[in-house]
Amino acid sequence: MNGDDHLHEDRAPGIEEHERAANVLSYTVGLGLAIVATAASFIVAQTDLLWPPGAAVGLVVLALAQIGVHLVFFLHLGSGPDDTNNILALAFGVLIVFLVIAGSIWIVAHLNANTMSMPMN
Amino acid sequence: MTTVTAEADQRAHGRESHGGPAPTRIVVAYGFWIFILSDIVMFSALFAAYAVLSGNTAGGPTGAELFNLRSVFILTVCLLLSSYTCGLMMLSAGEGSLERFAVFAVLTFLLGAAFLVIELSEFADMVRKGAGPSRSAFLSAFFTLVGMHGAHVATGLLWLLFMTAQVAAKGLRPKVLRRLLCYSLFWHALDIVWIGVMTLVYLMGVQR
Repeated sequence: MNGDDHLHEDRAPGIEEHERAANVLSYTVGLGLAIVATAASFIVAQTDLLWPPGAAVGLVVLALAQIGVHLVFFLHLGSGPDDTNNILALAFGVLIVFLVIAGSIWIVAHLNANTMSMPMN
Repeated sequence: MTTVTAEADQRAHGRESHGGPAPTRIVVAYGFWIFILSDIVMFSALFAAYAVLSGNTAGGPTGAELFNLRSVFILTVCLLLSSYTCGLMMLSAGEGSLERFAVFAVLTFLLGAAFLVIELSEFADMVRKGAGPSRSAFLSAFFTLVGMHGAHVATGLLWLLFMTAQVAAKGLRPKVLRRLLCYSLFWHALDIVWIGVMTLVYLMGVQR
């Protein structure tokens, strides 16, 4: 793009600046990895391949891996200096998502533990 | 042509002043990326509500009794394939190939529509079994979260119709290409939300 002068430009998410063959390959590899991760999730959920109490953790790990695949191969988010803005925005989004979800689960778990439950009958 | 010279000007200018305004395409996509992240933050609230309420079935049916993993797998494959064809559609648009763009746009629309039809028939089936959104807190949270994702898919399908009409009417000019770029970001982001729904709601729901 800029030859050898090492001038960094911002990059937009979703844009990959290569020739067509490389781009089609990127989408195809992404689709393949995504399908593998999905299939693995379904296998983990339906069999005892993983130690059952740990299966939930395994599912979360597979989901995070698949989200990573989507970000890199479909949204073309890279780790280069041109992507800094996009990655920083993503990091902030992930922080808020984590706070909202983990915070809610944490608070309500304590609420349930400290509240006398109604007798079930 | 004009855009290319403008970008080259900005580039040459930026070399002296360390930056300066980025090309419109970069600014537009970055702004839309911020919107997508805020949309995902909105989804995180619904995910949190579901995670907190998923055990409160009020004596009604549980996820393990209701969910059919075979159709969830089909839904996932539809969405993944439509993301793939959406990516190929963007490549064709970038090359200015109208025929290939049209083919991939139709494929993307059909796969997205298949997703929506299967999901709605699953919903109708649940309501018929007496497991509608008013049955329990678990089902309210379920229909809100999954329904919100479905509403986004429906919006994406409408948007794709508008974009195809724009390409037909105006051709693949830079402004239309920027809108297409935003559309593709939106469509790929729906996949990411669906991975969360698939894992947290369906796969973990069946385990309980």
